[in-house]
Order: sequence, then structure tokens, then C-alpha cells
Amino acid sequence: MQAIPYEHGLILAAMLFVCGLAGVLTRRNIVFVLMSLEIMLNACGLAFVVASARWGHADGQIMFLMILTLAAAEVAVGLGLIIQMYRRFHTVDISVLNEMKG
Amino acid sequence: MTILFYLAGAIALISTLSVVTSKNVVHALVYLIVSLLAVAVIFFVLGAPFAAMLEAIVYAGAIMVLFLFVMMMLNLGQATEDEEGAWLSPRVWVGPSLLVLVLFGQLASVLIRQEYSIVPVDVGVRDLSLELFGPYLLAVELASMLLLAGLVAAYHLAKK
Amino acid sequence: MIDWIGLLPAFPLAGFLALVLTGGRLPKKVAGIIGVGSIGLSFLLAVVISLEFLGSGAESVSRTLWVWMSVGTFNPGFSFYLDGLTVVMILIISGVGFLIHLYSTGFMADDPGFARFFSYMNLFVASMLVLVLADNLVLLYLGWEGVGLCSYLLIGFWYENPANGYAARKAFVVTRVGDTSMAIGLFLLFSQLGTLNIQDILSLASQQWVIGSGLAIAAAALLLGGAVGKSAQLPLQTWLPDAMAGPTPISALIHAATMVTAGVYLIARTHILFELAPSVQLLVAWIGLATLLMAGFTALTQRDIKRILAYSTISQIGYMFLALGVGAWSAAVFHLMTHAFFKALLFLAAGTVILSLHHEHDIFRMGGMRRKLPLAFWSFMIGSAALTALPFTSGFYSKDEILLAALAQPEYGMVLWTGGVIGAFLTALYSFRLVFVVFMGKGHHGAESDIHEHSDIHRESDSHGVTDAHAHDPVREITGFAMATPLIILAVLSLVGGLIHVPVDSVFAELAGVEEVHASNFIHGVMIAVPIFGVALSYVFYGNPRYEKASQHMRNNLRTSALGGVLHRFWFRGWGMDALYDALLVRPFVTLATINKKDIVDQFYGLFVMITRIGNSALVMLQTGNLRWYGISLVGGLAIVIAIGVWI
Repeated sequence: MQAIPYEHGLILAAMLFVCGLAGVLTRRNIVFVLMSLEIMLNACGLAFVVASARWGHADGQIMFLMILTLAAAEVAVGLGLIIQMYRRFHTVDISVLNEMKG
Repeated sequence: MTILFYLAGAIALISTLSVVTSKNVVHALVYLIVSLLAVAVIFFVLGAPFAAMLEAIVYAGAIMVLFLFVMMMLNLGQATEDEEGAWLSPRVWVGPSLLVLVLFGQLASVLIRQEYSIVPVDVGVRDLSLELFGPYLLAVELASMLLLAGLVAAYHLAKK
Repeated sequence: MIDWIGLLPAFPLAGFLALVLTGGRLPKKVAGIIGVGSIGLSFLLAVVISLEFLGSGAESVSRTLWVWMSVGTFNPGFSFYLDGLTVVMILIISGVGFLIHLYSTGFMADDPGFARFFSYMNLFVASMLVLVLADNLVLLYLGWEGVGLCSYLLIGFWYENPANGYAARKAFVVTRVGDTSMAIGLFLLFSQLGTLNIQDILSLASQQWVIGSGLAIAAAALLLGGAVGKSAQLPLQTWLPDAMAGPTPISALIHAATMVTAGVYLIARTHILFELAPSVQLLVAWIGLATLLMAGFTALTQRDIKRILAYSTISQIGYMFLALGVGAWSAAVFHLMTHAFFKALLFLAAGTVILSLHHEHDIFRMGGMRRKLPLAFWSFMIGSAALTALPFTSGFYSKDEILLAALAQPEYGMVLWTGGVIGAFLTALYSFRLVFVVFMGKGHHGAESDIHEHSDIHRESDSHGVTDAHAHDPVREITGFAMATPLIILAVLSLVGGLIHVPVDSVFAELAGVEEVHASNFIHGVMIAVPIFGVALSYVFYGNPRYEKASQHMRNNLRTSALGGVLHRFWFRGWGMDALYDALLVRPFVTLATINKKDIVDQFYGLFVMITRIGNSALVMLQTGNLRWYGISLVGGLAIVIAIGVWI
């Protein structure tokens, strides 16, 4: 079995993370924003699994499980919010929701 | 196996970029599923079969299906897609992209210093479970509480 | 029964709470029963306790209800102390208080604030009882401030009129000056003697301090400050005449019979401190003398029936101070008691006159009331006779004792006695001027008979809306069981009160010798003749119906003469004390306040506020409400933090 350079795995995770971040910063459609957040969470999970493999220990995978749980809960709540928002404003554009400005 | 890692990595990256740049929500979702499956493959390569299974079942399966259902409920049509095109002018991309690249550069410059090669060892379900229901028992309980909270909140929020 | 001593103030307090908590929703009958009944119970208990105490022959009794507060070595109890002096005081307060409460049910019958009135009165009696029963100075101070509060509330009872509110405020602020002095005195005593229990203080002070020591002088002077404020003596007397803005029973109870004597009580209670500071004690005598003369002259020129009585009160308390100053403690307490009787009587009779004349206060708009208001007339006659100290009235015995004691003062005895006799002459003059003008004559009610340059007479304007429209209504004496009974009882007491022996010998035992004065027949003769002469002179000026024209002419001549006019104006304005304080204290204070209205000092701190505001408005611009903007800020911040963490 050939070895995989440790940093490559981490850099892949960083790339995915950065892609998701770009999506969060750029997209105005809230569905895309939520998806981008999922990507970022997943990238974090990847980084943990890579670290788990690095040390040959299960802790990293357990963290991934936690992130998975978190993502599930977050998506449930986030989608609920999207539904509410669409009902009230008939749009998925987050820049409409700027009533919190100072 | 190394090739498989790089291949899956490339697929994941490309499909992720497609998610972020796509105009159609459903297309984006399908790309996302592809990306997640590719990551599952990577997990498998890295010797985490249980994580790979969960990634495929929970992420690509359950969560994405949830997304799809919501998309169907919202029933966003062609109008939204056109709007999306208008929002995504190249100019909009410049700032965030630069910022994100700076961040990536920083991360990469730190990560590149690591000099270690992973020789994957399978960390199987057995090891994982022993850890999970041993030292991490409290974390499991907390996770269950979190899921319950998410369930209640989602029910409450999505109610008419 | 002595164990039930705590109930003495508890009854009126309960009455107060009952009246206050029901918020005036009780029918007047019930409110009256609660208000009067609580004092009545208190009085009955006071009588029983007093009889038991005097019968037991004990020198003093003290009962601790509970420990009030406990801070280190400072733990004043809620404890009551009973001795001869206290017995006199509780009987006066609850007894005279009860009569005045009873009277008030008639006087205030038409007032919308009936329940409020009785609640304040009950609270007052409760506070006053706490004041005289207290066995430590902290508890005494509680009662002291309590009566001050009630005085404020009751002076401003008809609060719709701003003038009444002003008078109440004035009384409160002026007495506060004295109270502050007294508080400092308390601090001094505690820091030096380590206790505030009155009996402990007195015994410790006489052990630790030598006569004339600086600490004793300071302590006595500071306590004197408090007494002067509460008892309206020079230089803090200005509040009492204005305090007449309240309903007349208030004036009778608080500003004549009880509260203003609290200062006298305080000095009598702590008399050992004053004996340790002879210079301060002498000062007390001088203050008393100056006050009684000044108030006497002022009373001569007043036109408002209640103001005349107010100045006479100041003057009579001046006598008490004179007595205290020469060490005639029991004479002072005796005069306090007789004064409570006849001054309450006079005020209540004045209340009857005022009410019968639809809230008319100007004595020169009255006249000839002898037949129309017989009860008030006889009350006034008896009260004035006692006030003037005509022979065989109660005032005669007490004033006699005071003047003899003053004469016995070794250094200035003659001066003090002469001053006191002049004061007695003035008392006769002004009190019978009042009687003659109001009750004698043909009755020029409603018609101005006396040309007067001062039209700014103080008139009680109250919620009833006093106007001249009432002036021509027929005069009808308003009496009734509630109002007549107290007058009759008080009249009897004013006549025979001099025969009561004040049981304070044990309290001031060591001084009994001082009061044994053997004066010549000449002295006695002068003291009897002077008031009679004063009455006679007053009759010549005001009372003689046959020479009405001539006496009026005489009065006008006196008033229009240069010196007479100046003196009249001067005295009428209370020796210009109000104007003086106004110029010396009030104006500069108001000017300072006006200057500082813009908060000069605060400008500097305003700078900080301004900087904060600018910073705020800058940061507000960052709060766009736009999610992506927040995200970008977050990522930018993250990039910077990582840069710092990794490369620096």
C-alpha cells in the first residue's frame, strides 16, 4: 500500500473549505449559502479523518461523527428557516434580510 | 490507492466548485452529492470505512434528500435561475475570491511544512465503537440532545 | 402593664397603617373611629402605665422589645425607657393628642382628605411617642425624623396650593439644618463614649469629662443645634410661622403642643451633658431670652390669628429654653405641660373661629364675636389668661417658677429676669390684643375698620376655595360634641393645670436645691402686676368700646409716626429674619445653581460621551445588516489573526 503524503490530505480539506467559504461570501441565494456551509463542514470532517489516519487513532473519526450530527441538526434548522423566510418574503435572497442594520 | 486518493480529490474539488458556481439549485445539489461521495471514497482510502459509510448514507443520502424535498416544496422556477445569473456577475466574485485565496495561501503555507506520509491503517467499527461508548459517552449523549433540539426546532420553524 | 409599653406607639402606628393601606376608601365615620380610637387606646394605656409606674415608686423602667441592629459594638435596641419625664411626655402627647384628634373629626368633617389627615396624625403621634420613649439616641432620632416628616406632610396637607407646599418645604429644610447638627452630635457621642444609650451616655459623660471640657461643649452645642431647629428658636425659628399653612388642628398638635417641645425634651433628657458644658447651658438661656423677646415683639404686629399664636408659641418655648438654660429643668417641663394645655386650647378655639368665619384669618376683619361665638370666646379668654400668666391660671405657676429660677442665675440673673418680665408684658399685650380685636367691639366683620399699610397678610387658602364671597355669610358658631368637648376639657386643664405636680423630681433629683428661690415680695409683686398691666394697656388700645374712636386715633398716630412705622414694619416681617436668610443663603444658593445649570464641571466628562458617540456612529456604519458583509469581515479578521499567529 503506497503512502499518501499527510499534507496533501490536509490541503485538499483546505481547498474544499475555501471553496465553500467563497460560496458563502458570494452567493445571495440562501439555499446556496446553506449548501456552501455544508461543504465547509464536510471539509472540516475530512481534515479530522485525515488526522485520524495520521495518528492511526479513532479520535478523529469520532470528531467527524460529531460534525455529522451537527450538520444534520443544522440542516434541519436551516431548512426550516428557509421555508419560513420564503413564506414571509417570497424570496430566497438574503440581502433582503438586512433589517438588523445599525 | 494513492491514485484513487488524488482522483477522488480532484472529483471532489471540481464538483464542489460546480456547486458554488452553479445557477440551478437542483444541479448544484447533484454536484454536491457527487462531491460528498468522492469524499467518502477518500475516507475509505484513508482507512476509515465506517466514516465513509456514514458519509455516503447520512450526508449524501439523508441530508441531501432533505435538501431536495425542501427544494421541491419551494418550487423555485426559471425566474430564480435567471435572477441567479444576474447576481453572479464576475465582478461579484473578485473580492471574496481574493480574500479566500489569501486565506488558503496562509493555510497551505502552514500545512506544507508537515513532512509525514500516511500509511493507512484500518481503524474499523470495533475500535471506533469502543472509543465512542467508552471515553466519549458524554459526547454521544450531548449529540443526541443536539439532534433532539434540531428536531424540535425544525418542527417548530417549518410549521405554518 | 408596663410590659405592654411597646403598644403605646403601636396603636397609632396600626391606625396609620390601616388608614394608609385602605387609601381613603373607608367611610369617614370608620376612618374617624380608627384615627381617634387608636390615640384613645394609647392614652388609656398611657394612663394605666403611668399610674402603675408612679405607684411602684421605681425611678425608671426600661423594656427592650428587640435589638434593632447589631454592628460590632454598636447595637441599639428597640427599647423603651420610662421615668418621670417620659410619663409627663407620654401623657401630654397621647392626652392632648387625643383631644385634638377628637376635635379634628369635627373640624375636618368636610375635607376630602379626611382619612389622609388622620393617617398622618396617627403616624405623628406614633413617632412622637417613640421619640420620648426611646432609651437610646438612635431610636430617639428615628422618632425625631418621623415627627419632622409628619410635620412636612401636614403643613403641606392642602397641597393644591403651591404656597402650602413651599411652607412645608421651608419647615423641612430649616429643621434639617438642626437635625444635621444633632446627627453630628450623635456621631461625636458615639465615637467618644462608644454607646448611644442615653443613660449610659449620661453616666459615662459625667465620669469621663470634666466640667467645661471641649468635648462636652461640642456635644452639648451640637445637640442644642438639633433642639433649636425642632423647637423653632433663634436662629432657626423662621419655619414655624409659615407652618401655619396647615389645618388648624395640626398647628395645635404639632406646632404648639407637642412636636416643637421635642427640643425642650431633648435638652431635659440630656441635661447632664449641658451641666458639663456651662457655657452652652448659658447659651441656651440667652437663646431662649432673645427668642421670647423677638417673637413677642413680632406677635404684637401680626394680623393673622394663627401667626399671632405661632409667634406666641415661639415665645413660650423661649421661656422653656430660658428655664433649661438656668438649670430649672422641672420648671421647663412644667411649663411645657401647661403650655401644651393652653396653646392647644387657643389653637383649637382659633380653629373654631376660623371655621365659623369661613376660613377668615385676619383679626381685623373679625370683631364682636363675643356673642356669636361664646364657646370660642370663653376658651380664648381662659387660654389667653393662662398664656399671659394671670394669677391662679396654670401658666402663672409655671412661668413664675421659670422667672424665679432665672433670677437665681448667679451671673446674669437680673438681666434674664428683666427680659423674662418684659416678655411677659409683651405676652399680655399681644394675647389680649387678639382677644379684644376678635371678640370685643361692635363687630366689623366683613368691613375694613383699621387702615393698614400692609395688605399682604397671609391668608389660608385651602382646598375649600376661600374667597371674599363668604365674608358676608351669616356667622354661625360651628360646634358639636366632637369640637366642644376638647375645648372644655382643655379650658379646665388650662385653669387648674398648675396644680398638677410634675413627677420629674427623681429625674432631676440632684438639682432640687437650685430651684429653692426665696424672692422678695417686690419681685413677686412685679411678676403679678406686669401681666395685669399689659392686659390693661391692651384694653386701652383695643378693648375699650367707649373710646373706640380715640383708641383708634391713638393707634393710627402710633403707627404713622416715623419710628413707630419703621418698627411696625420691622416687627411685622419677623425682624427681617426671612429676608436676611433669603439674602444670605437662599439667593446665593439659587444663583450658584443657575450658574451651574449647564454643569460646567460636567463639560469635561461630556467630552468622553462625545467621543463615545462618534465612535458609535462610526461603528454603526459597519452594521449593514448584510450577511455577506459580516462573512467577509469575519474571514478578513481570520486571515489577519492567522497571519499574526503564524508569522509574528
